[in-house]
Amino acid sequence: MFQTAEFQENNHANEIPVVGRILCAIAIGALSLGLIVVLMFTDNSSSMLPSLVQDKLTQSGVDNPVTAVLLNFRSYDTLLEIGVLLIVAVAMLPGVPVGSVVNRDMPGGNRPSGRLVSIVPNAQVNPVLEAILRWLVPMIIVMAGYMLWTGASLPGGAFQSGALLAGAGVLVQLSGRIQFCFTSTMAKLLLTIGLITFVIVAVGVAAITGVILQYPVTLASPLILVIEGAATLSIAAILLLLYNSLATQTFEMSPEPSALNEEPSALNEEPSASNEEPSASNEEPSALDEEPSALDEEPSALDEEPSALGK
Amino acid sequence: MGFDLFLDSCIVIGILTLACLCLATKNLFTAIILFISLGLFVTIAWVRLDAPDLAIAEAAIGAGLTGALLLATWRQLRIEPADRDADTGSKSGGHNVSNR
Repeated sequence: MFQTAEFQENNHANEIPVVGRILCAIAIGALSLGLIVVLMFTDNSSSMLPSLVQDKLTQSGVDNPVTAVLLNFRSYDTLLEIGVLLIVAVAMLPGVPVGSVVNRDMPGGNRPSGRLVSIVPNAQVNPVLEAILRWLVPMIIVMAGYMLWTGASLPGGAFQSGALLAGAGVLVQLSGRIQFCFTSTMAKLLLTIGLITFVIVAVGVAAITGVILQYPVTLASPLILVIEGAATLSIAAILLLLYNSLATQTFEMSPEPSALNEEPSALNEEPSASNEEPSASNEEPSALDEEPSALDEEPSALDEEPSALGK
Repeated sequence: MGFDLFLDSCIVIGILTLACLCLATKNLFTAIILFISLGLFVTIAWVRLDAPDLAIAEAAIGAGLTGALLLATWRQLRIEPADRDADTGSKSGGHNVSNR
């Protein structure tokens, strides 16, 4: 369903006549100016909300008002946000089976195995990048943990921490030594654990307090930490999945479905063979050798396309 | 007060300039780099506005990961953008990666 994403630069902005573009610019400028003027004359200090949050902060289980609003007072919004992120992840999941058409030019774009994290044999590794990453990645992971923990009292929290972790994942993938496979069971668990935990907690506290997502005051702090921890893992996995899908998959440009249908079917058999035993992996290099020849044909098909467009 | 005003004006002018450049540039790669720089300027703006939460999120997601995603997408633009652009020359960054 989502297999044939098309990336193509098509700048329609030039088709609008100059007068239309100038009118657009004037309209947008006037709207922006009006917005700025309205903002300048709005008295936002009269709002009750900041004082209300400060009054109830002691009941929220955390000291940071932002975290209190996000995960206690308005936790329903955050729950839906994580749900939206999961929908994005589902849309971006590699739709084709394990070992499908992958972009070999990108680091990490080798044949994915059935596991979430696997080491690429005979990888071309930049020694400088790898040496830096050995220091950087552990520091980022520790920093993400710190940011998660400190979110209770200082700026920080699940989203920032998850983004840091995802950044570490992108760096690791760029090094070329390690690749991620998001069709594995472990990856699916990581992608969904945030929403699962959030919903379980939401329903669980309803059994105690009678209202969904209304935490008991004494349990609020650990519950928020549990939710944030699970959400961090999910957010990191989802963001890394976005990068992974964009960077390593080869998206089919040609509209002919014949070539597209053939390849996955031929590759469907391989994952089962690789799952059997490590001994079967000895056979893989031979299978790998065959594949570039199949891939070599692809650019030629692509080269023809611009000429067809030119006509 | 004087220095604060100077700093804030620099940030505002920088954000506006980078936004205009990012929209006006013809080269996709340049536009992506300008967008990442814009994200960093916006991060400083959030810090100046006493919103460190947003600053961290903007730095990590807005500038960092979005930049990585855009660059990864840029690599996928392999074919010529359109017939008209192909005639006028290499208008886009997509041209650079067509020789894979």
